[in-house]
Amino acid sequence: MNPRKYLKVYSKFLHTSLASELEYKTNILIDLITAILSLIGSIFLLSIFFQNNGSIGGWKFEEALIIQGIYTILNGITNTWFNPNLSEIVKHIREGTLDFVLLKPIDSQFFISFKKLNPSGFLEIMIGVCLLLFSIRINQINLNLIFLILSLITLICSICILYSLWFFISTTTIWFVKTWNATEVLRSFLYIGRFPLNSFSFSIRIFFSVFIPIAFITTIPSEVFLGISQLWQILLTVIVAIIFLVTSRKFWLFALRFYSSASS
Amino acid sequence: MISNLINRKIFTLLKVQYSNMLEYRVEIALWAISGIIPFFMLNIWTSNALNESIKISDIMLSRYFVSAFFVRQFSVVWVVFSFEEDSLMGKLSPYLIQPINPFFRYFAQHIAEQITRFPFALIIAIFFFVFNPESIWIPNLDILFLSIISTFLSFLIQFLIQSIVACLCFWTEKASSIERLLFIPTLFLSGLLAPVASFPEYVKSWIFLTPFPYLIDFPANLLSGNETNISGGFSMQIIWILLLFPVFRKIWSAGTKKYTAMGS
Repeated sequence: MNPRKYLKVYSKFLHTSLASELEYKTNILIDLITAILSLIGSIFLLSIFFQNNGSIGGWKFEEALIIQGIYTILNGITNTWFNPNLSEIVKHIREGTLDFVLLKPIDSQFFISFKKLNPSGFLEIMIGVCLLLFSIRINQINLNLIFLILSLITLICSICILYSLWFFISTTTIWFVKTWNATEVLRSFLYIGRFPLNSFSFSIRIFFSVFIPIAFITTIPSEVFLGISQLWQILLTVIVAIIFLVTSRKFWLFALRFYSSASS
Repeated sequence: MISNLINRKIFTLLKVQYSNMLEYRVEIALWAISGIIPFFMLNIWTSNALNESIKISDIMLSRYFVSAFFVRQFSVVWVVFSFEEDSLMGKLSPYLIQPINPFFRYFAQHIAEQITRFPFALIIAIFFFVFNPESIWIPNLDILFLSIISTFLSFLIQFLIQSIVACLCFWTEKASSIERLLFIPTLFLSGLLAPVASFPEYVKSWIFLTPFPYLIDFPANLLSGNETNISGGFSMQIIWILLLFPVFRKIWSAGTKKYTAMGS
């Protein structure tokens, strides 16, 4: 494991995928409009929920905007890195090109997870950051160093959990070959991350904190921003993130043992 | 004689596509599961008693969202994605030589998929009813018949819109990003996430002129027994089909003239 080598390889990945994606410049513009419209749509939906109610599950409209901001950032990250790469695993396995990846003198998980990049997701991340800064202002949150560190930690944990979930689902392709639609299921489940977890009924809340930890992905970072989260919650997020990362790694190595290349 | 021939062609296409779809049962089951977002939305509405302000009881609202789930299941269209792949891969050329418009092939594909999907959608709905037995209802036969027709018309509208977008593949390589853009207003304005009755007045004043509320809100209201304007809804659906069909014919004939097969 040589970090410098990996950095160098990653900069090559960046270069090639940017070069190929910038071929479709109008696409990037359309994706930007899509991201903006999608955010407007979610805020519209929130405003319907709040039109006659002061709060939902204990969250005010201004506070729910923080969740939207974090969701948009995470969705941008998904669209930039996870979606273009991990949907490629399906293709690798169906066409048998995973052999070429495994033969390379580099970690296969690293190669598969970071090979591609979709630059239009960057714009979505920026929109999310703008919304987050705006909602920090209207909620009158005082920024200080500890607060910044804590929110950064929880955000990084969310990204790790999100990555593990995606990677986990994509890995199952080794057995099922076509899990294209399994990622769609994950996508629709992640959709509820747009809303505070407290606004759902008890059984759904349990399901989405224990089995698919969407609670940790958006709600806990938002609570950190609002300064209402407990220390144990943050610790729990860190632990969950580590467990997910380690498990997804183990699962990948385990799944590779079952990989029989195409036509053999 | 001619109509007989067309009937036989379509019947054969349907049979072929149905057996093709039966091969991918797991895929379709997963896809059916990914459509459960309306149930999450229902959960937000009822857990926070948001429906009191729009004067729809819990039971009627749950019936609305179950119907919305069904309407969505049977009006999902993905013709852009198939068409884009076929045209990028050069598969379109042999289809163009055949004495039948390639869109009939996609049409048969969608219908076959809906038939395969039906049992899975039913199972999901039964699960929902087991946990919420009070929302079980049996629509009378003519209402059921009318809502099946309106769902089919909603499917036709979406199929036409997507086919028009798909024809843009002749000019740009990636028409699917335009489709993803169009999907955003469909998602938020069609009534999948919130019934149109709950929208604020400034949206209600113009939304009924657009095709969106007739895609899910109108058929779902019809099926669930909520208040709706039956004749108005049907006439708007038919008007939109009559408007879109000539556009599709025009863009198709212009596009095929422009089409140059791979390598020519």
